[in-house]
Amino acid sequence: MARIDVRKTYKLYIGGAFPRSESGHSYEVTDSKGKFVANAALASRKDVRDAVVAARKAAAGWAGRTAYNRGQILYRIAEVMEDRRPQFEEAVRQSEGVTAAVARGQVDAAVDRLVWYAGWADKLAQVIGNANPVAGPFFNHTAPEPTGVVGVLAPQESSLLGLVSVVAPVVVTGNVAVVVSSYERPLPAVTFSEVLATSDVPGGVVNILTGDAATLGPWLAAHMDVNAIDLGGVAGDTELATSLEVAAADNLKRVRRAPAAEPDWAAEPDLSAMTAFVEAKTVWHPIGI
Amino acid sequence: MPTTAPTGPAPGLAAYADVTTSDATLRRFLHGLPGVDQVGAEARAAALGTRSIKTTAKAWALDLAIRMVDLTTLEGQDTPGKVRALASKALRPDPADPSCPSVAAVCVYGDLVGDVKAIVGDAVNVAAVATAFPSGRASMEVKLADTRDAVANGADEIDMVIDRGAFLAGRYLQVFDEIVATREACARADGSHAHLKVIFETGELQTYDNVRRASWLAMLAGADFIKTSTGKVQPAATLPVTLVMLEAVRDFREATGVQIGVKPAGGIRTTKDAIKYLVMVNEIAGDDWLDPDWFRFGASTLLNDLLMQRTKMTTGRYSGPDYFTLD
Repeated sequence: MARIDVRKTYKLYIGGAFPRSESGHSYEVTDSKGKFVANAALASRKDVRDAVVAARKAAAGWAGRTAYNRGQILYRIAEVMEDRRPQFEEAVRQSEGVTAAVARGQVDAAVDRLVWYAGWADKLAQVIGNANPVAGPFFNHTAPEPTGVVGVLAPQESSLLGLVSVVAPVVVTGNVAVVVSSYERPLPAVTFSEVLATSDVPGGVVNILTGDAATLGPWLAAHMDVNAIDLGGVAGDTELATSLEVAAADNLKRVRRAPAAEPDWAAEPDLSAMTAFVEAKTVWHPIGI
Repeated sequence: MPTTAPTGPAPGLAAYADVTTSDATLRRFLHGLPGVDQVGAEARAAALGTRSIKTTAKAWALDLAIRMVDLTTLEGQDTPGKVRALASKALRPDPADPSCPSVAAVCVYGDLVGDVKAIVGDAVNVAAVATAFPSGRASMEVKLADTRDAVANGADEIDMVIDRGAFLAGRYLQVFDEIVATREACARADGSHAHLKVIFETGELQTYDNVRRASWLAMLAGADFIKTSTGKVQPAATLPVTLVMLEAVRDFREATGVQIGVKPAGGIRTTKDAIKYLVMVNEIAGDDWLDPDWFRFGASTLLNDLLMQRTKMTTGRYSGPDYFTLD
C-alpha cells in the first residue's frame, strides 16, 4: 500500500518561536511546474508588528555581544546548514526549477556566503573604522555601530542564496532583522528559519515572515520602530519601491534601494550590504589622561 | 439589575447594620455569601477575553482606558523630579496630540503628593498609598497617621491596604474597624473626605471566596473603591479576580443602592489586556461602571502601550517606544 503523504503547513518564525500567522491565513506553495508542495503561512500586518516587537527586544542583547561572538554564531549557522544540505537542495530545486546539480551549487554558495560574512564580524571595524587626525590633543576614533531593527524584503528569485546574501550582512554587524521571504519561493526561507532556531542565534535576532512583500512592505516601511529597510525584494517594481522609500522617510530610515533587476547573487559581494546598515560613531578622547 | 446610579443616602445599607455588630455575626454573614465557582469564573473571564473590539469602538475604548489610568509610581527610588515628570505626563499623555485625554489620577507615596499637586492642580486627581503600604504591617496609630498625613498633603484619593494577616486569621471585625477608622481619617477640615480605595492584595487571599468576602467587607465598611493589588505581589490583578469583584459591586448596588468602584492594579501592561477588562466591566457590572469615576487601571507601562495604539489609529502606521517617555 502506498504511504500517504504528510502534507505540511509551515509557520512563521518570530522571536525564536514558530507561530501561525495572526490572520490564520496560509497559501499554497507550488513548485516551478505548478505542482502543490506545501502550505506556507501568509503573514499579515500584525505579524509584522509582532516581529518588530520581538526584534526590538532582541536588539540590545545582540548588539552588545562581542563581534567575535557574532561571527562564531554566523559560522555555526553555516555548520547547521551544511548538515541539512539535502533538504535545502530539494527546496531550491523545487522552488527555482533548476537541476539537482545547480541546486547543489546554490546551497554551496549560500553556505560559503555565510562563512564569508562570519569572517567579517570582527574585521569590518578595522576596514571602515578610522583613527582620525584632529587639530587638538585628542585621540579621535570612528567605529561602525549597528543601526538597529532592519526590515529586509528578501529577493523574489534567488530563494536561498539571495536570502542569505541579504540577511547575513544585516545581522553580522549587530543589527536585528525582520525578513519577508520570497512570496512564490518561501520554502528555503522556512528551512533556513529552522536552522536559525537550532544554531545559537538568540530568538528575535532574525524573524522570517513568509508572505507578500507588496502587502507587508508598506507596513514595514512606515513602522516608526524600524530603523532601516532593504528593498531588494521589490526589485523591478519602481513605483512600489518609490512609495516605500517615501514611507520610510517619515522616521528617516536608512534605505537600501531596490535595484532595477535582481543582481547576480553568485558574484563576489562587496562591503556595501554591511555598510548600508551601520552608523559611524566618533569618539574624542583627551590625550595624556 | 438597576441601570441608574443611585442618588441620596443609601437606603439599603441600614439593613446590614446588624451584620457588623460583632465578629461572630460578620463571620456568619461573610461565610454565608455564595461560594465562587472557580472553574466557571475562570472560563467566563477567558471567554469574555476573546471579544474583538475594532475601529470606532476601539478608538472609544482607547480613550476611555487612558482616562481610567491611575498613573502609578511606587518605588523606593522615586524622587520629586521623577514624580513631577510623571505628573506632567498625566496631564498631557501625548504632547504631540492635543486631543489625547488626561489620565484619571497619579498614584504616589504620601510624601510626594505635594510635588504632584504642584504640577497637576485640580486637573488630575492625586492618589496616595497609605496605611503602611504595601504590607499593612504597622500599628493602627501609625496607619492612621500615615493616612492623615497624605490627606493633609492634598491627596484626593487614599489607597489603603487591609491587614491580610487578620483577614486570613478570620478576624474580620478587626479589618472592618480598620477600614472604618481609615475612612474617618480621610476626612478633611471642610467636611469633605478623600476617596478611599481599599486594596485586598488578592494574590495573598488564596481563594476567590476570600476575594468575594473581602469585597463585601470593604463595601460594608464604607470603601469608595475596591482594588485588587499593591503591584508588589505576584500574581497581581487577573481577569477572574476582577470578575469576582465586579460581581460583588453589582450585587452590592442591587442590595443597597450604593455604587462602588473597582480598580485592578498591577500586571496590566498591554492595550489588549485593558480592553479585555473593559469588556468584562460592561458585561458583568454594566455600562454604569464604564467611567473613570467607577473603574480605574492601576498601571504605569500600560499608558505607553495605549498611546502607541492610539497613535496607530490616528496616523495609520505603527509607532514605537522611542516616541514616548520612559517612566
